[in-house]
Amino acid sequence: MKIIVCVKQVPDTNEVKIDPVKGTLIRDGVPSILNHDDANALEEALKIKDQNPGTTITLLTMGPPQAQEMLQECLAMGADDAILLSDRALGGSDTWATSNALAAGVRKIGDFDLIFAGRQAIDGDTAQVGPQLAEKLGIPQVTYVQKAEVKDGVAKVERALENGYEKISVNLPCMLTAIKELNEPRYMSIRGIFKAAKFPIKVWNADDIGVDKTIVGLEASPTNVFKSFTPKPKGQGVVVAGDTAKELAGNLVSDLKKKHII
Amino acid sequence: MDFSYSREQQMVKKMLKEFSEVEVAPYCEDWDANAEYPEESMKKLGDLGLMGMPFPVEDGGAGADYVTYVMAIEELSKISGAHGVIVQTHNALACWPIYTYGTEEQKKKYLPKMFTGEHLGAFGLTEPNAGTDAAMQQTKAEDKGDHWLLNGSKVFISGGGIAEVYVIFAMTDKSKGTRGISAFIVEKGTPGFSRGKKENKMGIRASIAAELIFEDCKIPKENLLGEVGKGFKVAMSSLDVGRLGIAAQALGIAQGAFDETVKYMKQRKQFGRTLDKFQALTFEMSAMRTKIDGARFLLYRAADNRQKGLPSTIEAAEAKLACSEAAMFVTTKAVQFHGGYGYIKDYPVERMMRDAKITEIYEGTSEVMKMVMAGDIFK
Repeated sequence: MKIIVCVKQVPDTNEVKIDPVKGTLIRDGVPSILNHDDANALEEALKIKDQNPGTTITLLTMGPPQAQEMLQECLAMGADDAILLSDRALGGSDTWATSNALAAGVRKIGDFDLIFAGRQAIDGDTAQVGPQLAEKLGIPQVTYVQKAEVKDGVAKVERALENGYEKISVNLPCMLTAIKELNEPRYMSIRGIFKAAKFPIKVWNADDIGVDKTIVGLEASPTNVFKSFTPKPKGQGVVVAGDTAKELAGNLVSDLKKKHII
Repeated sequence: MDFSYSREQQMVKKMLKEFSEVEVAPYCEDWDANAEYPEESMKKLGDLGLMGMPFPVEDGGAGADYVTYVMAIEELSKISGAHGVIVQTHNALACWPIYTYGTEEQKKKYLPKMFTGEHLGAFGLTEPNAGTDAAMQQTKAEDKGDHWLLNGSKVFISGGGIAEVYVIFAMTDKSKGTRGISAFIVEKGTPGFSRGKKENKMGIRASIAAELIFEDCKIPKENLLGEVGKGFKVAMSSLDVGRLGIAAQALGIAQGAFDETVKYMKQRKQFGRTLDKFQALTFEMSAMRTKIDGARFLLYRAADNRQKGLPSTIEAAEAKLACSEAAMFVTTKAVQFHGGYGYIKDYPVERMMRDAKITEIYEGTSEVMKMVMAGDIFK
């Protein structure tokens, strides 16, 4: 099986702050890490490889040259090949432009059975690139995957919902986006580290992937950021218990009274 | 000279930091209290390649160099000195002598499972009356024609009873002194070989040390490691590698205790200000850091010499002396700066101070390190 895993190098959000004036992320001096959900995407691909010898995993990312460090770490976990799309012409791309570039990258890679991506990146939090990429490649997609079983050309997956999950069967080739519930990412191995540090990562520019330059980069991006802010955490909800409608209503009223709301 | 970390070293440090924080730190207090071998986390370290780390990939090892190897032990020991010594003893004192002195058959038989951590290795030299004076071995091995017959006992053996493969030293000719010592590979479960008393130690309590007993223990002829009468060389050369690991363990303990103290001083308030605002204490912290960094460079040089095939016995002795002294100096101060909280088990510095002491004792005491160096100075 041939698997492509889309990964992204992101600033460690535990360390990141927002510039109160410009509304942009202050990235100076903030360590860069592999996006969390992408680690789950890679782990799922590695699990498939563990069970299906002969499987190859190709990493695909777009970013500045230092994104190679993250690719090395993914290689050290067990991926087989790594491609970095890096070009000033691609800089400043929003999700639409990014997925255009990634789609061109995937077409250049050629054959694949499965694409894994993280649900969303912790810097932009859009969760759009995976789905857009699937659309542009014309393949089916399942987002928010919390469990996956790939066998005989079919992926049987559980797609997480707010309060439950859907069971979906989807034919390969397809795109699955991973959430943290999917698995526990493995550590880099020592042998993997020594191999990865010397691995020739492929760096492709816009010409290499033959992408139309009018659909990538800052100029081509339809999104404009007006304001960035730290969202207030959505408090823990309360589930009112009770067997009958009357009991439920009674419990609700008594809870509201306790909090002096009514 | 290159004083920057290679990409490999950065990744190894990053991986082991994450590993230690998730798989080790939350359980250290319990392992220490119960003197419990951390089996699950050791198995995981084996899967990651730590149990055959400085051996070539083509021979089944993880393919790391010695500098990166000592950095790995240092990183683990920042959180758990016990993990540091388990990894180092296995690599340096069991895998290394078998890899270096073993026959092709011995290597093929033992190393694959040792390099993955499936089989733990141990090293049996010390006896009740043969500590620093290792030549006073009482354990003897008699040539019985088709086998060796082992009788005697060993004490304080790390991994005793847990390990599957033991490198054991015994007298094959008492009249020849150190030239009468030979090395043998003994497997767990060999009739006549049993574990004696499990020691109740001050520190590194998650690393098990025990007595080994040999009573008419028959060892196959082919289990002689190296040549007859060359066992002392096997032991001493293994300990040269081991000292790098113990120095790394000591350095890690020192750094771990230092880091804990920095964290504590930033939040502990007395007289209306945090401890990091007291200059007398911050100056001492500066002195501690200087000791740690100085010891670190001695260690990395010794490891680099070994990697390059240059002489490293003196360098390793210097590194072990400096790192273990740094460990005692720093952990004692760390407890002091934590005050009463440093003396109770709620903070890890209490354990770290107990863990540190052994690094001045085992695999050659500080006095032995000075003997080694003095011998070189006045040769």
